[in-house]
Amino acid sequence: MMMSLGPYASFIVTSYAAAALVVVILIGWIVLDYRSQTVRLRELERSGITRRSGRSATDRS
Amino acid sequence: MTLIDLANPTRFLALTARLLPWLAAATIILLAIGLYQSASAPDDYQQGATVKIMFIHVPNAWLSMFVWGVMSIASLGTLVWRHPLADVAAKAAAPIGAAFTFLALLTGSLWGRPMWGTYWEWDARLTSVLILFLMYLGLMALWRAVDEPSRAARAAAVLTLVGAINLPIIKFSVDWWNTLHQPASVMRMGGSSLDRSFLIPLLVMAIAFTLLFVTLHLAAMRNEILRRRVRSLQMMQASRVAFSSDVGTGSHEANASKEVGAA
Repeated sequence: MMMSLGPYASFIVTSYAAAALVVVILIGWIVLDYRSQTVRLRELERSGITRRSGRSATDRS
Repeated sequence: MTLIDLANPTRFLALTARLLPWLAAATIILLAIGLYQSASAPDDYQQGATVKIMFIHVPNAWLSMFVWGVMSIASLGTLVWRHPLADVAAKAAAPIGAAFTFLALLTGSLWGRPMWGTYWEWDARLTSVLILFLMYLGLMALWRAVDEPSRAARAAAVLTLVGAINLPIIKFSVDWWNTLHQPASVMRMGGSSLDRSFLIPLLVMAIAFTLLFVTLHLAAMRNEILRRRVRSLQMMQASRVAFSSDVGTGSHEANASKEVGAA
């Protein structure tokens, strides 16, 4: 069934598309930031720099 | 697990690792239901199909204030209780709140053009939300401008609490001043004035967007904890380099003094 959006369809579609775009950008930024931080932590640990506790910096347990 | 246990970043990371997949799944399911219900909702007798913009505009507008509320509570945690994760929570929430506020302004503007005949009007509701958006940007700039996280945290916490005065102004602007924006129709004395066919999809979308915020916020807090670990390890690395070069210089000086003594 095709949805009819009337004469202001462009305003409705733009609103939903903009919301989707911004949410995708937010998710992408958070995912890329996580990857970047874990890569930097692993590089530091590989160079012999470890936390005072001795645990891995990416340790979650 | 108590709140005090969560003060430990490692325990917090363990909790987020367990929670995030479930939260993400619940968000996707609720968003899918909300979007389906929004698409199936009937046209309004006055606004026609443009009423569908409400299902995306209102959740973003609600979150623009809710996120600042979360940041205000976190700021109290920074200033009063000095909770180690309070500043992390506030800092991680700011860009997400800014994004929701931007969407509230944009979708409101796109809804306003066909309904009011204008994209923008300098009335109390629109202007106070624009100020909220600018305050989010200002806070983000402040966190970036100060290198030392604890100094930035206190300054940002004070600014956040001062900025919280804008929340009741936004909420009651439609009652206190004569504005183009309609008065509250969901959260008001005497119950919602919305028909169930609009209210239910709106509530589902509002819960879905709130879950989206919680998911993104926990993930952003995890990133911020890792960023601070990177910073502290880099400082350890820099101090080791400085120490070893000091030792190196010291040994050169010792050798030099021996040479002078020998001469």
